[in-house]
Amino acid sequence: MYLDHAATTPMRIEALAAMVEELSRVGNPSSLHASGRGARRVVEESRELIAAALGVPAGDVLFTSGGTEADNLAVKGVYRARRGQDPRRTRVLATAIEHHAVLDPVGWLGDSEGADVRWLPVDGLGRLDVISLESELAQAPDEVALVSVMWANNEVGTIQPIAEVAALCDRYGVPLHTDAVQAVGQIPVDASIVDSLALSGHKVGGPHGVGALIARRGLDIAPLMHGGGQERDVRSGTLDAPAIVGLASAIASSMADMDVRTRRVAELRDQLVSGVMTSIEGVTRNGDPLRALPGIAHLSFDGCEGDALLLLLDAAGIECSRGSACSAGVPQPSHVLLAMGVEPLAARSALRFSLGHSSAAYEVASLLEKLPAVVARARRAGVPR
Amino acid sequence: MRVVAALSGGVDSAVAASRAVEAGHDVVGIHLALARSPQSHRTGARGCCTLEDARDARRVADILDIPFYVWDLSEQFAESVIDDFVAEYAAGNTPNPCLRCNEKIKFTAVLDRALALGFDAVSTGHYARIVDAANGRELHRAVDPDKDQSYVLGVLDESQLAGAMFPLGDSLKSEVRAEAALRGLLVAEKPDSHDICFIPDGDTGAWLRDRLGDAPGDIVDVESGAALGHHDGAFAFTVGQRRGLGLGRPAADGARRYVVGVDIASSTVLVGPPVLLDVDLIHADRPRWCGRVPGGIVEGTVQIRAHGDPVDAVVQINDADVVASLRSTVRGVAPGQALVIYDGTRVVGSATITRSTRTRAHVPVSATGPESN
Ligand SMILES: Cc1ncc(COP(=O)(O)O)c(C=O)c1O
Repeated sequence: MYLDHAATTPMRIEALAAMVEELSRVGNPSSLHASGRGARRVVEESRELIAAALGVPAGDVLFTSGGTEADNLAVKGVYRARRGQDPRRTRVLATAIEHHAVLDPVGWLGDSEGADVRWLPVDGLGRLDVISLESELAQAPDEVALVSVMWANNEVGTIQPIAEVAALCDRYGVPLHTDAVQAVGQIPVDASIVDSLALSGHKVGGPHGVGALIARRGLDIAPLMHGGGQERDVRSGTLDAPAIVGLASAIASSMADMDVRTRRVAELRDQLVSGVMTSIEGVTRNGDPLRALPGIAHLSFDGCEGDALLLLLDAAGIECSRGSACSAGVPQPSHVLLAMGVEPLAARSALRFSLGHSSAAYEVASLLEKLPAVVARARRAGVPR
Repeated sequence: MRVVAALSGGVDSAVAASRAVEAGHDVVGIHLALARSPQSHRTGARGCCTLEDARDARRVADILDIPFYVWDLSEQFAESVIDDFVAEYAAGNTPNPCLRCNEKIKFTAVLDRALALGFDAVSTGHYARIVDAANGRELHRAVDPDKDQSYVLGVLDESQLAGAMFPLGDSLKSEVRAEAALRGLLVAEKPDSHDICFIPDGDTGAWLRDRLGDAPGDIVDVESGAALGHHDGAFAFTVGQRRGLGLGRPAADGARRYVVGVDIASSTVLVGPPVLLDVDLIHADRPRWCGRVPGGIVEGTVQIRAHGDPVDAVVQINDADVVASLRSTVRGVAPGQALVIYDGTRVVGSATITRSTRTRAHVPVSATGPESN
């Protein structure tokens, strides 16, 4: 039972077919001959498809190696370019609940490039406190290099008030980056309201290792990788045409079926949440129930350790996660939950179940059948201090 | 059985886990994160629990196709092992943190958690044998005398032994390495670590001074009573120690001088000729019995350090009071060290050394030498 679609979701068949077809062709999109032209054509058509799906001109789409690179390019690239233009611009405003792909480059700018980082607080539901953003902006608008607010959170699924944030940034003339990796394909996303937006292939039913930064023309970005200058001189590296075709196909098809699919996924998610709540005591749902991504159910289980639940669920054939993949290190209480004011102990007792396009009712039923015994067992094991 | 296999990232625990899988058990791999600051874990300081080790451990689990988790036991480790280590040194003792870790972490914190989660046993890559004898479970020395680790397991009691599994006890290290190569587990090939895992650079004295501060005092010749030099903290010295005394002048007779005693109260380090280090009577307390509790007298062998030789001894047990009378002397016995008692290859139990003396003038000297640090 795969209940971890927010970590990565299976490829959509349209994307798989398009990608496989392209994989068998030769051609570097930068070459001038017929093979190169063929590859360039599919890349540019892909760019147009993605641009249309997100409401921006095709020239705004910069292909990258994934969400992490897109976020890094926006955060570091915009900071450096804007600071270069005006050395007073050292301030970076970002929410405390950003994914590590934003959190870490922002922190690094603070540690290594003299940025004055201000973390913006969120409320108990995980929503940005817009007033604190406004007061930071009003304080010294000329000193702000960049604002970064994710479109929707990857752990608890809370959707941020991006339109409000965008209007504010606009008013103060400060560029806004948004990490929309979890939002694209799940909820309507109009990329034209922000200055830059990161998306990732493997979260929308496309391949791994590809993504895009949607960046408004006129937004200056200092490149991170120098080389052939393939993407508007901002990003270098031979483009991966098959992956790009797969990405475009996944985005286009997920726009086409968004209504039906996300309604179905949200229904399954609601069944999951109410099923768990009625069969197990001491469960808290984290996040904003009214403004949430359709596929995410983030739950805390009193008196359990998240890792013990994971181990027992895995043994029962159910795959989910603690919210953010932590490679081989020590599981840390989630910075997202801590920012939401959740106690560290409760933060350690949380699990994220996430559904996606291939989720089926029997998977939720199987979870509901197995979870009570698993939670009871984990409660007996208790919580190590 | 459902088994938790502790995976350190090294060869031994990898082969132990693979044997548990091979034996048909339902195995889950667990890497223990013991370093207190996860940052040092993440930045990969050398020591026993670096990110690199965690990666190697996970790679092993992937090769064996078993689930893998990291259990963060850094708080318990800091409390039960590191704090205890510092407190013992501060009191003038020389503790062995590996025994403590086996007792409090691997076979208490980990075992309890494993049992609570529905597992039956914890498997580790220790070289020691568990024998299910007619009158109960027994812990024995490993087949490989060079690798035998029964000494550091001498603290396990009956219920801990009941949940322990040591798949390597019947093998030679060379066989284990060969098996690792055969099974493609040499991702984990790295030298055995002998150091104290939480003191990565091996400088125990400096590490202790960081925590206990300076407590300067004299280095005194035990025979003449003359102050020969100064030190920054008596706790950093161990009975039997020769190096690092910083005494310029040789002794009158030209013989080397060793630490023969540490008096924390007066901050004095006593030095003297090596003959003063040779003892044949050892008192110990806080015993822990590996299985059934022995009565009265055990005629067997005792061992006073992890890589020391066993010495024939008669051990008298009076509740918590253990007195070992040795057939030959051993050199450099420090209070705080563990006295592990054997009956043949069987581990009877262990106790913490409180003091040691020389009772007879002429006894043969055993091969067990002093620590060289
Ligand atoms: C919100 C968010 N941002 C960024 C990323 C990173 O994207 P990628 O895996 O493509 O580098 C992820 C994926 O884990 C994410 O959920």
